[in-house]
Amino acid sequence: MRIGTPKELFKGENRVAMTPDSAKQLQKLGHECVIETKAGLAAGFSDQDYKDAGVEVVKTAAALWKAVDVVAKVRQPEAVELKRLRKDLTLISFFNPAANEAGMEAAKDAGATVIAMEMVPRISRAQKMDALSSMANIAGYRAVIEAGNNFGRFFTGQVTAAGKVPPAKVLVVGAGVAGLAAIGTATSLGAITYAFDVRPEVAEQVESMGAEFVFLDFEEDQADGAATGGYAAVSSPEFREAQLAKFREIAPDIDIVITTALIPNREAPELWTEDMVKSMKAGSVIIDLAAEKGGNCKLTVMDKKIVTDNGVTIVGYTDFPSRMATQASMLYSTNIRHMLADLTPEKDGVIVHNMEDDVIRGATVTHDGEITFPPPPPKVQAIAAKTAEKVPEKTPEEIAAEEAAAMAKAGRQQTGLLVIGGLLMLLIGVYAPPAFMQHFIVFVLSIFIGFQVIWGVAHSLHTPLMAITNAISGIIILGALLQLGSGMAIVTILASVSVLIATINIVGGFMVTRRMLQMFQKS
Amino acid sequence: MFSSDLLTAEVQTAAYIAASVLFILALGGLKNQESAKRSVWYGIVGMGIAVFATIFGPGVAITLPLMISLVIGAGIGAVLAQKVEMTGMPQLVAALHSFVGLAAVLIGLNSDATAHEFASHAEQVIHEVEIFIGVFIGAITFTGSIIAYGKLAGKINGQALILPGRHVWNVAMIVASLILLVMYMQGAGSWTLYVMTAIAFVVGAHLVMAIGGADMPVVVSMLNSYSGWAAAATGFLLGNDLLIVVGALVGSSGAILSYIMCKAMNRAFISVILGGFGGPSGPQMEVEGEQIAIDADGVAAALEDADSIVIVPGYGMAVAQAQQAVSELTKRLRDKGKEVRFAIHPVAGRLPGHMNVLLAEAKVPYDIVLEMDEINDDLPDTDVVIVIGSNDIVNPAAQDDPNSPIAGMPVLEVWKAKQVFVSKRGQGTGYSGIENPLFFKENTRMFYGDAKDSLNKLLSLIS
Repeated sequence: MRIGTPKELFKGENRVAMTPDSAKQLQKLGHECVIETKAGLAAGFSDQDYKDAGVEVVKTAAALWKAVDVVAKVRQPEAVELKRLRKDLTLISFFNPAANEAGMEAAKDAGATVIAMEMVPRISRAQKMDALSSMANIAGYRAVIEAGNNFGRFFTGQVTAAGKVPPAKVLVVGAGVAGLAAIGTATSLGAITYAFDVRPEVAEQVESMGAEFVFLDFEEDQADGAATGGYAAVSSPEFREAQLAKFREIAPDIDIVITTALIPNREAPELWTEDMVKSMKAGSVIIDLAAEKGGNCKLTVMDKKIVTDNGVTIVGYTDFPSRMATQASMLYSTNIRHMLADLTPEKDGVIVHNMEDDVIRGATVTHDGEITFPPPPPKVQAIAAKTAEKVPEKTPEEIAAEEAAAMAKAGRQQTGLLVIGGLLMLLIGVYAPPAFMQHFIVFVLSIFIGFQVIWGVAHSLHTPLMAITNAISGIIILGALLQLGSGMAIVTILASVSVLIATINIVGGFMVTRRMLQMFQKS
Repeated sequence: MFSSDLLTAEVQTAAYIAASVLFILALGGLKNQESAKRSVWYGIVGMGIAVFATIFGPGVAITLPLMISLVIGAGIGAVLAQKVEMTGMPQLVAALHSFVGLAAVLIGLNSDATAHEFASHAEQVIHEVEIFIGVFIGAITFTGSIIAYGKLAGKINGQALILPGRHVWNVAMIVASLILLVMYMQGAGSWTLYVMTAIAFVVGAHLVMAIGGADMPVVVSMLNSYSGWAAAATGFLLGNDLLIVVGALVGSSGAILSYIMCKAMNRAFISVILGGFGGPSGPQMEVEGEQIAIDADGVAAALEDADSIVIVPGYGMAVAQAQQAVSELTKRLRDKGKEVRFAIHPVAGRLPGHMNVLLAEAKVPYDIVLEMDEINDDLPDTDVVIVIGSNDIVNPAAQDDPNSPIAGMPVLEVWKAKQVFVSKRGQGTGYSGIENPLFFKENTRMFYGDAKDSLNKLLSLIS
């Protein structure tokens, strides 16, 4: 099949759906690749780069659409592009099917197959083609960079000769892919990062990225993301109130707010109200990643940067991925490539549109002259359904009580042992001569030292430990040496034998220990 | 012969203190691989100081027999240490224990043969008890170690020898020894000591004969401990503090090792020592399914696809001498950018830490060789686990089947990995004779054949 990518028509769109790298991979699947001239220029890929990768470069978009069987692009098709759809043509791009009735009708009438990248279901197998996630990741990163660009201070706290700089405080609202990317970027720049999400189960992910999860004092079961395919759902009014109250409380302290809260197919919820903006310090920055859907802050103006009367900058750009066109194109083209790999199961350049496949079925919005949107729910659940029963968690008091009981038991045992040991010592002390007691002290203390020292030995060194204790137990040679001079023949002979075998122990033990230890090499 | 009392008793004592400190440092330095390389020198210097101070101290003459013994002993020791294969370490360690035991016996007998004068009756009693205890422990250590050596070297059948009424025999022999002790103290003469020595030899041999091959790590550690106590008893006998210190250090070291080994097998120390493997307390779970075999091509393909690989070596790897092939495989996989790690169960092999030494010899970097506790949590995220010649330490029955003889023993949870390959000679059960449900799991494939041959086949497929 011939796969082609035209230049994006949408104003300001810099991304491209095919890179020289992805083209090489597509050719391995048995496809031929075609690209419109200068399509990759804005993303940093020249026509020559494509030619070097074996891609045919055509002069006009019209020629490209005619010459290929599959068109891969980024933005949803414009009217002029919809006219170019024809039977047996497959279009792979973002399509926004929920709000693009006209586009779907046009595609249906033309008989073309349309695969909408935003409709790829969120299951493990499909992660490699999940373009929403890959783009959201870039948006999250770029949001922090954009915030830094408009923020007049450092992210990280510093103590310099010229004065102390407090660290910036960043609040990320919505811990989806974009939110987590923003958290990671902000923490690695050194900011103190807080994060909030209506799904409490993401608290762990948030904390793993180094941010602090903002918990609400709210009793009701918070929404479970697993039921809605990993996306957030609308929350109850009481929950919303609790959430806003919390935000209101912390707003004066926050320097940078990044909102990423989106609910599928709805207007973005208002989370950062006007009075919160008013309570923020001058110079603070709000990046509203939900600007396209109306914004999480009502003051946001789509595609604009505004400054409020009290000096807070609100950024409402919607083209964050396009602002990092090279990176975004590389990731997006890889998503497209994986989609095509699934569509070409035999790797022979023949596209098999298998409507039984969960991923392909889910992403297809028109096929064979029919509109196939919305798709049936996928057979595989997004996230493993929550574990059925919860192990009743122990309260801190119970745990403390158990620990105390264990400690008390250990204490009693230890006391018992000490008492028995003490009595034993006393008994020995009563009968034994002083010289023996002198040695006995040494003996007991040495055992204690031995226990303390040996517990610290690494498990991996237990064999060398045995070898070296072997060697030093050859110290028994001293006993034999002392007996050598006794004068009796039999004693001298036996003592000589003892010296001999103890020497074997000493020399053999130390040498073999050394040999072993030399072998332990670090990588 | 000339006298060599260069050092006074006080200087000698000072030298002994220095030697004691150096020995403690030598053991303490084994807390990690790098400081261990230095710590062995502490031990050597400490030993040098101790021997030097004794020879040149009061009461010891430099004689021809002394020089000959030292030279011959050093020569034999050096040859042994150079020649021993790392797979043969357990045998060597056991053999060296027997020497300490024998030396303790000889010194005890010597001390009995030498005339002594005692200030009080209590001193005499203590001296006689010391001789008896020293010889008793020494004799048990001696024959026990020789049997352990024979079993480990394959010269004696490794199966547990269970005599009828063996516990009665043991108790009878110990009681007889006690009676002889009383008679000895009553002045019955040296023959009581010699008879007791003979009995203790039998006790030592019998004890170890009754213990099966899989429990050998405990036995070897226990004998290590005994050799220390024998040295300490000798120290009391001769009134030498350095011997007491070192004996106590070695004794406690061996005791801790035994404890760790028993803990890792979830068995009581006493039941291991008394020998025999406790039978199951009820019917074992039926194992369902079948063992599915795979060839080298299949394993190679899976390894090519895997990102993280964990290798679980066991005694079978040592037997097949496969550690070099394992090392080469590790190197090639790591060069491909895959994460390769080793999981070591505390009782893998026949000696505590045996696998670590074998892998180190084959130049596997020690920082990718991890303990059970360090790696068990990572196993569910691992793509491929290769089990080479181990069985019981990866047996899920320890967790699932309360009636299994190894129930409750901590095991490596390899079955949680995405895929498990088991390299094994045939379909038989392991050393303990327990069926392993791991081999029947859906994600397990059996890679039959001698471990070394199998790995070499694998190496020819992975460049």
